[in-house]
Amino acid sequence: MKSQTATRVLLYCALAIGSLLALLPMIWMVSASFMQPGAANTYPPRLLPENPTLEHYRTLFTRLDLGQYLVNSTIVAGIATVLSTLINSMAGYAFAKLRFRYRDRVFRLLTLGLVIPVQVAMLPLFLLMRELGLVNTYWGVIIPALASIFGIFLMRQYAISIPDDLLDAARIDGAGEFRIYWSVVLPVMRPMLATLAIWTFLATWNDFMWPLIVLSDDTMFTLPVALANLAGERVQDTELMMAGSVLTILPVLIVFMVLQRYYVEGITVGSVKG
Amino acid sequence: MSRLNRWENNRSAWLFLAPALVLIGIFFFLPVFASLLLSLTDFDIYAIADSANARFIGLRNYTGLLDNDVFWVAVKNTFYFALIGGPLTVAVSLGAALLVNARLTPLKSLFRTIFFVPFVTTLVAVAIVWRYLYHPQYGFFNYMLSWFGIDPLQWLGDPQLAMPAIILMAVWKNFGYNMLIFIAGLQNIPAELYEAAHLDGAGPFRRFRHVTLPMLGPTFLFVGVITMIGYFQLFAEPYVMTAGGPLRATTSMVLLMYEEGFRWWRMGIAASVAVFLFVIILAWTLLQFRLQKESA
Repeated sequence: MKSQTATRVLLYCALAIGSLLALLPMIWMVSASFMQPGAANTYPPRLLPENPTLEHYRTLFTRLDLGQYLVNSTIVAGIATVLSTLINSMAGYAFAKLRFRYRDRVFRLLTLGLVIPVQVAMLPLFLLMRELGLVNTYWGVIIPALASIFGIFLMRQYAISIPDDLLDAARIDGAGEFRIYWSVVLPVMRPMLATLAIWTFLATWNDFMWPLIVLSDDTMFTLPVALANLAGERVQDTELMMAGSVLTILPVLIVFMVLQRYYVEGITVGSVKG
Repeated sequence: MSRLNRWENNRSAWLFLAPALVLIGIFFFLPVFASLLLSLTDFDIYAIADSANARFIGLRNYTGLLDNDVFWVAVKNTFYFALIGGPLTVAVSLGAALLVNARLTPLKSLFRTIFFVPFVTTLVAVAIVWRYLYHPQYGFFNYMLSWFGIDPLQWLGDPQLAMPAIILMAVWKNFGYNMLIFIAGLQNIPAELYEAAHLDGAGPFRRFRHVTLPMLGPTFLFVGVITMIGYFQLFAEPYVMTAGGPLRATTSMVLLMYEEGFRWWRMGIAASVAVFLFVIILAWTLLQFRLQKESA
């Protein structure tokens, strides 16, 4: 009995300290973003703002064009999410449920691609984008994110469990293959579509290296690229940088909080069964 | 009827696959293959202007890298980050998973969410936040050290400490993902195994050692492979926090590739760095599968 109480105390302490460590950087970020200029650079560091101000948020939107970056990031992540969910689910469904020649061979070839780091493709990809006139455009950022091997895997994994009878019944009713996909397969796969959509949205929103490479004009920058750029120029303005970080993180955090059930499920499906 | 059906099936299957395969083919596999060719040329800023200026130079980029001190520093730093940071991340993930999954833990899904939050945040933004947390004068880390009477450290300004500082941040940022996978793995272990071990008189530690760890084998492999592949690609953290310094102490292979390729436009050399990285990641992944097979 006594040892159980001791265990409990120890466990609660570990949970409290762990949570504090996980959240402290975020808490300080939010708090510092409301501090007066220079107030974050004091010793000892303060955890709460003394005279909270919205000044830095105002500066970001009026003088530093943050609204534009917000729009850029939203367009890029939004289009990539919608299109890639469609494209990956179509491919995943075909690998899982349609019979065709070379199916296993094509699938194995794709598997090989999983161990190739994306950076290996980036140099020629940049030259290719330049040939296509897509450098410094939204599409230059979006196109490489439109189809993902991982996404196809996730979809295939889930589509395998769709009963063949369901599809055959629709075929007997005379539905075309695309009709079947649209009105039978997609509704069944909805939870997994949500997972993949969130996954893609977070990944494209947070992505840094490729947008950094393919975007050259600062009116086209996505938030992470703009923020990294700003961090170089305004390194002294701690509070301003924190406000910029808050605005970059906030949208993904909201998306995650609202839809986390799907997201968490997807991660475990992809790993344990995959 | 059935033959027609099969043919129909076949054609529409390729239509379903076409967008994904075309995109992955043109914008991934083709550039990967082109990287191999690019690494055999002296493609540089003049070739950017007119690709006729690029010449085939065999393996000279590779031999040049082997003689290049900065390259070896980058290789060393990349391994330092992956070999220390990877296992540390996996260990912290497992610890957090055991904590969240413990029988006595209340509000399991709340703690799971809290621990997972760092993973969904934007890396560039949190790297900037951490840069200030590491500030030698005003940062939180030195403040906390002062509670224990430890003198302020230079963190990102100290060549000895800069990489450990980046590793610490990476562990914080990434452990939540692996934690979720470990939790799923833990929940897949049949309760009877623990009961049997309990009846045999095994204490909590021995149950962990002889039931939990072996049963998590496949999960370890998955988590280990994913983590290491990701960590060998270290880029944004040093780019934002240290610019590869001080004294090149945090220059990773991908950062070197970026600088060579997109700052100095020496794309031939950059491509050979990328190919080296690919070989390292491939070899390491195969090694992990081999080790797993032997221990199983």
